Amino acid sequence: MEGKQPFDIVVETYGPTVLRVCRAVLGPADADDAWSETFLSAMKAYPDLPADANVEAWLVTISHRKAIDVLRAAARRAVPVADTPDTATAPAADSRDLDLVSAVASLPAKQRQAIAYHYLAGLPYTDIAVILGGSTEAARRAAADGIATLRRSYPGAAARRAGHR
Amino acid sequence: MSSNNLTSELVRALDGDPGHARALRDRLAAAAQAEGVLDVAYRTVDTPVGPLLLAATDVGLVRVAYAGEDHDKVLQTLADRISPRILRAPARLDTTARELEEYFAGRRRRFDVPLDWRLTAGFRGSVLHRLPEIGYGQTASYAAVAKLAGRPKAFRAVGTACATNPLPVVVPCHRVIPSAGGVGFYLGGVDAKRTLLSLEAAR
Repeated sequence: MEGKQPFDIVVETYGPTVLRVCRAVLGPADADDAWSETFLSAMKAYPDLPADANVEAWLVTISHRKAIDVLRAAARRAVPVADTPDTATAPAADSRDLDLVSAVASLPAKQRQAIAYHYLAGLPYTDIAVILGGSTEAARRAAADGIATLRRSYPGAAARRAGHR
Repeated sequence: MSSNNLTSELVRALDGDPGHARALRDRLAAAAQAEGVLDVAYRTVDTPVGPLLLAATDVGLVRVAYAGEDHDKVLQTLADRISPRILRAPARLDTTARELEEYFAGRRRRFDVPLDWRLTAGFRGSVLHRLPEIGYGQTASYAAVAKLAGRPKAFRAVGTACATNPLPVVVPCHRVIPSAGGVGFYLGGVDAKRTLLSLEAAR
């Protein structure tokens, strides 16, 4: 007996986080493709995944590679990712949310990735350094720089929302 | 604003709605099926004997489970014994679901879907293979089934085979009853067995 969970539970448990990561890294329009490619690829490899593996880090690593494929394809089409908002698949109708999503989209790729993997997926910077291929300190700095930019371009949203409700 | 606040704002702004999540999962199931990596597809159907879990490999229907068997536990067992590449993927089970609906409506007397017998083995397996010979609306005693399976004295083993039938309802272990009277044991509960027998008696 192996004891590995049915893959359905993996999708249910980590699907929402991986979707947020894909949306942060790629924008809403391309996120669905990256999400689907990530889980299809993960499902193929799932029986060989070591039982003690960190499933979330494994999925984020796969989604990172799939997102790079999508980014490269987008670059070949010469359409900047930040300029392809798709209102039909936008995550929320709330304009402040859309502002935040486009603020994330205008960050450099490495900062978007570092923020997504640390703040959305909860990975430690040592893991993120392996995924991004650089030092732990560089990963930490990319996330910090990105967060600082978001704070400048998107100040006080939480306070506004608190007053709003 | 703190990183925590910003993070929760981000999570909220990037969240998918439930309908979108379902659509993505359906798309994944279809892609997995097309690429041949959907080892086990499952769905549940509501019936007069409660929700039934249906699971199929690419060979055929491999498991029917009553709610009392704990569907989560059943899926984990399928992961351990067949493959963990399991998704909720209703399409593969459309025919089974339709035939069950017809059966419970009294419009179907036998099931035509291909069966995957891999969860059965040995004498228990040969017992289960003979059960479809007990026709709709009929019953047979444990002793009679033991004789049918070629081991007349093994009526206890027949009981065990029925109690561990991976394909209840479709493979009709509910038609096996004690010769002394009563309906006897049933893995879906005695009430479910009575429901099935009276459904079939009402034809």
